[in-house]
Amino acid sequence: MSKIVVMTSGKGGVGKTTSAAAFAAGLAQRGHKTVVVDFDVGLRNLDLVMGCERRVVFDFVNVINGEARLNQALIKDKRIDNLFILPTSQTRDKDALSREGVGEALEKLKDEFEYVICDSPAGIEKGAVMALYYADEAVIVTNPEVSSVRDSDRILGVLQSKSKRAEENREPVKEHLLLTRYDLDRVERGEMMAVDDVLDILAIRLLGVVPEDQAVLRASNLGQPVILDGTSTPGQSYRDAVSRFLGEEIPHRFTRREKRGVFQRLFRRTA
Amino acid sequence: MKLLDFFKRQPASAPQARERLQILLAHERAGRDGADYLPQLQRDLLEVVKKYVAIDDDKVQVALDRGSDVATLEVNIELPETAPREQRRSA
Repeated sequence: MSKIVVMTSGKGGVGKTTSAAAFAAGLAQRGHKTVVVDFDVGLRNLDLVMGCERRVVFDFVNVINGEARLNQALIKDKRIDNLFILPTSQTRDKDALSREGVGEALEKLKDEFEYVICDSPAGIEKGAVMALYYADEAVIVTNPEVSSVRDSDRILGVLQSKSKRAEENREPVKEHLLLTRYDLDRVERGEMMAVDDVLDILAIRLLGVVPEDQAVLRASNLGQPVILDGTSTPGQSYRDAVSRFLGEEIPHRFTRREKRGVFQRLFRRTA
Repeated sequence: MKLLDFFKRQPASAPQARERLQILLAHERAGRDGADYLPQLQRDLLEVVKKYVAIDDDKVQVALDRGSDVATLEVNIELPETAPREQRRSA
């Protein structure tokens, strides 16, 4: 049974596209046929983060308008089997995505793929509602910062009232929290809300905590999903999150300081 | 001076972030749970009360509390200490 998963946040710049790219790549690495769809019409960036910007010929809007077939618009990832990207259009027409058109395209994708990851635009307006409307599950990408947490709470409200599942009174969209840009040093100094603070406020299941790390910028510079960098803390953290999403129970990492011996501390740089 | 700054740490700000969010979101969620008529109800009640008693605009408070079985609508109207009706009669 294939699933539609939306990456959403309300607020912009919290790491939706980075997370969508990493998450889709992670699911594909685990052997699940996955497509990641860019819903941010006009501000296409998923292709850039995935490193396939020069291979875009047709896009999601072409498919919806009947100007291209789905298979012509889908881009197969060169690094990971089972991974495909459906880029969006650069058009400035805000009504390029119709609810019926998106619904039809997603149905076709569900026939071919196990997971359809929808990378939502920021905001709580039409574009964001379109991205979450057909979702079975939602990953709420949040930074430990007041405006991000507030906007996440608002998008949860939208999920609970405006999604197709809500409208049809079906089982609600399953919600997961992905806390990104987490800085343990600042948390320990009392300058940043801790995981538990955000969990208390939003009260949804924690999928993962992704540390603030240089690897994320490096990955987007190179056009590689950060999950491919398995030595980095974000890479490992996204892998854990994917495992949890697939139902595995694994303890959270990078949420508290590892206890190091004096010896290890002295040789931290070289170790 | 620089050395002194190093030892003088700024007070923790995260607890404030948490507290402000809890208060704000409790408010925003109450308005979201299908009770978008509450502000209008509050204004209407205020108008009615004002016909009889001179009160300030912030003295009528309405709140909706949804339990699992019943929802309670709490209306709190605070009257001034001196009876304004008496005053109006003598005027």
